Amino acid sequence: MSDIITNILVCGTGGQGVMTAAEILAQAAIARGYDVKKSEVAGMAQRGGVVTSHVRFGRKVWSPVITPGTADVLVAFEVAEGSRWADMLRPGGVAMVNTIRLVPPVVSSGLFQYPEDPVATMRAAGVTVYDFDAGAIARDLGDLRLINTVMLGGIADYLPFPAEDLEEQIVGRFRARKPAMVEVNRKAFALGREAARDRAEGTRKLAANQ
Amino acid sequence: MSAAVQAKAASRLLLSGNEAIARGVWEAGVKVAAAYPGTPSTEMLEQIALYPDLYAEWSVNEKVSLEVAIGASMSGARAFCAMKHVGMNVASDAFMTQTLAGVVGGLVIAIADDVGLSSSQNEQDSRFWGRFAHVPVFEPADSQEAYDMVKAAFDVSEQYNTPVILRLTTRVCHVKAMVTVGEKGNFPVKGFDTTQKRWVMTPANAKGMLPRQITREGELRKAAEVSAFNLVEPGSDKRVGFVTSGPAFMHVRESFPDAPVLKLGFSYPVPVEAIKSFRTTVDKLVVVEETEPLIETELRAADLQDIHGKDILPRLGELTPNVLIPAIYRLRGEEPPATSTYPKYEPFPRPPTMCPACPHMGVYYTLARMRKQVQISGDIGCYTLGAGHPWNALDTTISMGASMGIALGMDKARSEETKDKAVVAVIGDSTFLHMGMQGLLDIVYNRGNVTCLILDNRTTGMTGGQHHAGTGKDLNGDEAPRIDFVRLVEALGVKPERIRKIDPYQLPVVNRAIREEIAINEPSVIITDRPCVLSEFYPKLTPYEVIDDKCTGCGNCINVGCPAISVSRTEVKKRDSAPDIVKKFTTIDTAMCTGCHMCVESCGPKAILPAAAE
Repeated sequence: MSDIITNILVCGTGGQGVMTAAEILAQAAIARGYDVKKSEVAGMAQRGGVVTSHVRFGRKVWSPVITPGTADVLVAFEVAEGSRWADMLRPGGVAMVNTIRLVPPVVSSGLFQYPEDPVATMRAAGVTVYDFDAGAIARDLGDLRLINTVMLGGIADYLPFPAEDLEEQIVGRFRARKPAMVEVNRKAFALGREAARDRAEGTRKLAANQ
Repeated sequence: MSAAVQAKAASRLLLSGNEAIARGVWEAGVKVAAAYPGTPSTEMLEQIALYPDLYAEWSVNEKVSLEVAIGASMSGARAFCAMKHVGMNVASDAFMTQTLAGVVGGLVIAIADDVGLSSSQNEQDSRFWGRFAHVPVFEPADSQEAYDMVKAAFDVSEQYNTPVILRLTTRVCHVKAMVTVGEKGNFPVKGFDTTQKRWVMTPANAKGMLPRQITREGELRKAAEVSAFNLVEPGSDKRVGFVTSGPAFMHVRESFPDAPVLKLGFSYPVPVEAIKSFRTTVDKLVVVEETEPLIETELRAADLQDIHGKDILPRLGELTPNVLIPAIYRLRGEEPPATSTYPKYEPFPRPPTMCPACPHMGVYYTLARMRKQVQISGDIGCYTLGAGHPWNALDTTISMGASMGIALGMDKARSEETKDKAVVAVIGDSTFLHMGMQGLLDIVYNRGNVTCLILDNRTTGMTGGQHHAGTGKDLNGDEAPRIDFVRLVEALGVKPERIRKIDPYQLPVVNRAIREEIAINEPSVIITDRPCVLSEFYPKLTPYEVIDDKCTGCGNCINVGCPAISVSRTEVKKRDSAPDIVKKFTTIDTAMCTGCHMCVESCGPKAILPAAAE
């Protein structure tokens, strides 16, 4: 095992499943024999506020906190939150963004503006963004709670271990408790992976044409 | 059942600091554990309660929780108590004398500091208690150390006849890391110690114990000098060496992996001699401690002057790599490396909000509408959010229970500007039982003119929904005696005709109750009676929707503050002789709405109706 540490920042808003996604990533890394640290913000943030979880793994992890500019992957469950945390990425890092727009009361009442296109803002800053509507995929599969699995599928090809390891970590949770959910989670994972690949492919083509 | 509870000895698990401590507490043979919830400490007791063969409770406040633990220790049982940093301020009266009397069964107090204030009213450094009370302080840096140190702390407690402080921070409590667990030891309860009335702290008895306390501190100092928890991590880059404690160690190691580090785990009494000898091995020495310069100050007092600390590092917040790296580079006379490649971007703030259907919203909606007539003394809980948008209906938040005493003080110190205003105190059920009752008694006794709103949502909401003496259940979820708030405030001396129990969802009722009570010049209490929407007691009802062609855009429902209601479109109505009016037409997210009907009450044109089934 090399000394390289993998840094994944998961972000979203309270109640979106950020903590669960981070926990699954951490458990997948443990199954591969990595040392893991996972930090979270709790307390008041749970009441509809900003939620982040830092997942770090490697041979030996010291600090539980990702230093700005060193995240390998940013998993954003909400698009504006993605733009809020994009500066945490290292050069060449990837932002996997769910395009849902969750408008907080301070915006809906007109005190603040929700940005027109947060993804464009990120791209303008040079960030590599793969964005897709994870909610639509989950809805098509009949259960909005599958967003979590879709998003994890999205980053599965950007981890230092096989995508199947991550998939097994998700599916394993359901196998014991809700076997009926196994297949639909596999589908959600595969569709998330496909969506991310499509976006990556599209971005490459776009770059080639320019 | 939690994996940590079932884990066999030598298992390796991903545990938060709080979970690791719970396992350590159980293995250390603790018989009695007590706490009042407080972020980031809450999960310790929640987890401990899952283990067999021990008693765990939610106490009414931190002082009582410590007293329960002290009683168990006096009885020869190992005892544990957990609290957040500000909780220790409440518990300190019991603590400061117990430290003199000592222990029989090991007594460990875990105090969780909220470095960086993720969920607290201040940022205080609990390591001061070690110096103040002459007791040892352990500072784990991660989950494994939290587990190891809580076990060691019980041994030290019994060996040196002293309570021991385990100082945690959010980055220990709420970070998950790998922990290898062990097995439960056998620590029989020794029985109550009756020798020489050692627990009766009359002046004569207490005076006799003072020299022992000083001697004990000397012995602890010697123990810290050689403790295995205070160790040098060698390093080849001797330009700057570090003395550090707690999670700051992890940040130092991350930032400067080749630098020598003296890591203090048993950090009070400070092992000054060990640090002095470490000083001679490095060119420059930097003390890295969150938040106050305690170690640094002691080193300077011991005439170790050639050191750095708060001259180059901040006194507040976490000392993460992005803080440490530039400071150390500058100290070495080098240009700090560039950090982020991408610019920082702030789309808009996303402050915490009340939940859809939160019963607190009805009260704040009402208070906001009479804002100019009232001064509002607030307290600590979810309802502190009433200070925020859109209500702006809270003037003070200081400490647990303070809404009552502060309201009385405001009432007694009226100015020309406030002489005609009503004084209202707002407090939650758990906070009222914690420390608000005494304040209300003071209002009654001293004939204060205060209207007290007790927002009873039948849970300790902000910390995630813990039971208390007013919920009818205990820490284990078992049935427990439930206090009757009406009878309680009546017993505190509030006249029965000045006590009302109301439904906060009925906005006209809330409005009438508050207006009538603030008009009367004597203490009154209004108790709202609706459970927290996240609690087991909350029944979900059919959601509502806005009928668009009935909506007049008045925006009243937006002022309720429910996150399920948002503006769908706006229209500007031009007026010749007055400012333009912006009409806000609204919509309700039926997936979020739980049918509380508060917004229905606010809607003049009756445009909000039960959502049609899809």
